[in-house]
Amino acid sequence: MTTTRAVPTTRAAQPALDVATRRADFPLLATRVHGKPLVYLDNAATSQKPRAVIEAITRYYETSNANVHRGVYWLSEHATAAYEGAREKARAFLNAREAREIIFVRSTTEGINLVASSFGRTNLGAGDEVLISAMEHHSNIVPWQLICEERGATLRVIPMSSAGELSLEEIEHRLTERTKIVALVHVSNSLGTINPVREVVALAHAKGIPVLVDGAQAAPHMPVDVQALDCDFYTVSGHKMFGPTGIGVLYGKAARLEAMPPYQGGGDMIRSVTFAKTTFADIPAKFEAGTPHIAGAIGLGAAIDYLSRLDWELVAQHERDLLGYASARLQEVPGVRLVGTAAHKASVISFVVAGVHAHDVGTIVDQQGVAIRTGHHCTQPVMDFFGVPATARASFAFYNTREDADALVTALGSVRQVFGG
Amino acid sequence: MSDLTELYQQTIIEHNRSPRNFKKLADANRTAEGYNAICGDKITLYVRLEDDVIKDIGFQGSGCAISQASASLMTNAVAGRSKREAEALFRAFHDMVAGGPDAPADPMSLGKLAAFAGVRQFPARVKCANLSWHTLRAALVAAAEPVSTE
Repeated sequence: MTTTRAVPTTRAAQPALDVATRRADFPLLATRVHGKPLVYLDNAATSQKPRAVIEAITRYYETSNANVHRGVYWLSEHATAAYEGAREKARAFLNAREAREIIFVRSTTEGINLVASSFGRTNLGAGDEVLISAMEHHSNIVPWQLICEERGATLRVIPMSSAGELSLEEIEHRLTERTKIVALVHVSNSLGTINPVREVVALAHAKGIPVLVDGAQAAPHMPVDVQALDCDFYTVSGHKMFGPTGIGVLYGKAARLEAMPPYQGGGDMIRSVTFAKTTFADIPAKFEAGTPHIAGAIGLGAAIDYLSRLDWELVAQHERDLLGYASARLQEVPGVRLVGTAAHKASVISFVVAGVHAHDVGTIVDQQGVAIRTGHHCTQPVMDFFGVPATARASFAFYNTREDADALVTALGSVRQVFGG
Repeated sequence: MSDLTELYQQTIIEHNRSPRNFKKLADANRTAEGYNAICGDKITLYVRLEDDVIKDIGFQGSGCAISQASASLMTNAVAGRSKREAEALFRAFHDMVAGGPDAPADPMSLGKLAAFAGVRQFPARVKCANLSWHTLRAALVAAAEPVSTE
């Protein structure tokens, strides 16, 4: 192979991310599948976990396990300190002003449901509107549909271009006196588009409208600063940012969270309970009913520690290189068409292969050890917009390499072999 | 490639490319819909049933090669058969792809349907092969709800 390709190159003289060392931090990446080295390109579904996270969870259960916020004994105080320590790490990670603005939830999905339910119940009435975009994940559509139906409100949708981009003009004239909240994805899971969140927040705030940002796909790819974005709510999932499943974070501005009623009732979220009346705890406890996912929060804290040691300039440079290289190589494959071609993209590449359904593509490349997602990616409206039943999606993390992209392209050769043409 | 060629046998590739009985029956007296919401495979089945015999059958749909070829080969296999014979084929096919207790010792007894014998090595794809058959069963009992095999 002596072909030269018009793809970005990393200049050897400049510092680069030490990918080999980072890969060694992730035990699962050494797995073999169907006799071939695993090429894991489904990071937008869930990322792999560094040893530091796995060990933090084990260590917690081996040395610190006790319920939090309850016991007066040493072990409980120890567990509480570790759990609240994780909250402080999450605060620093998102650059929130105060740790009490950090609510631990199960996932981004639960974070959105919390806001839709609690904010929606008190702020939405008949004729009011919730504004979302055409590229939302089902988790940022369905909770709003449910609360809109309950409150007699209307869900409105910001359209997108054929490249998968939103325009600020389209957003601005949909912000009306009836709009009570905007809920927008930061980075699209199926298209990779990075949305201009800060600008959208400024437009919405100019009309006094709060904004929730679904940050599930942003957190693994870029530093997030909720004060710089000035969003009212921001929510992430631990498992997509190299932490455990079952834990996520909802950030909310303190004044917003204080004005909202509880989402779930139970232990830990009360100040006093009688059969006549219950008074609620202050934030964040008000929104954390029941024993929380203590081990998960501590694992997420370990993931944040891991991420904070990375040089994010180098991560961004590496992922830009992967995006450019993989996009160019995929477009060389006969019949491949990229879906989602925004100017500002994270390293998420959706594509279709002419005449071959995405599930067949997924099965065939899996035989070469290449794990990609196929289907509608919980974004059926996006599939409808692009007129495809499903796409194949390769999503890269900082531990992926150009060789991973090469393996995908080689495996796609088998698709032609099987289907002919 | 060997596992792949067992899954994607030429018969399947060919029926996916040129599905048989890909038509809406104007005089169908039974129809049913199959839809796997998670993967998006869709089948609408049209049957003209007379005296418990499948006099004519057609389908329309979209989805992966396995689901579409399965619908095509199924319509060929059950056309002209009685409900009872179609049910027996359903069971034999289901057990062949899902590895059930009645899996035919010799899949070739299923004729061209034996092309799907490789599916059992791919558990994630069994539901693709089964969708049209479950849809047929729904059509024959005149079920109102769409069928899913997920």
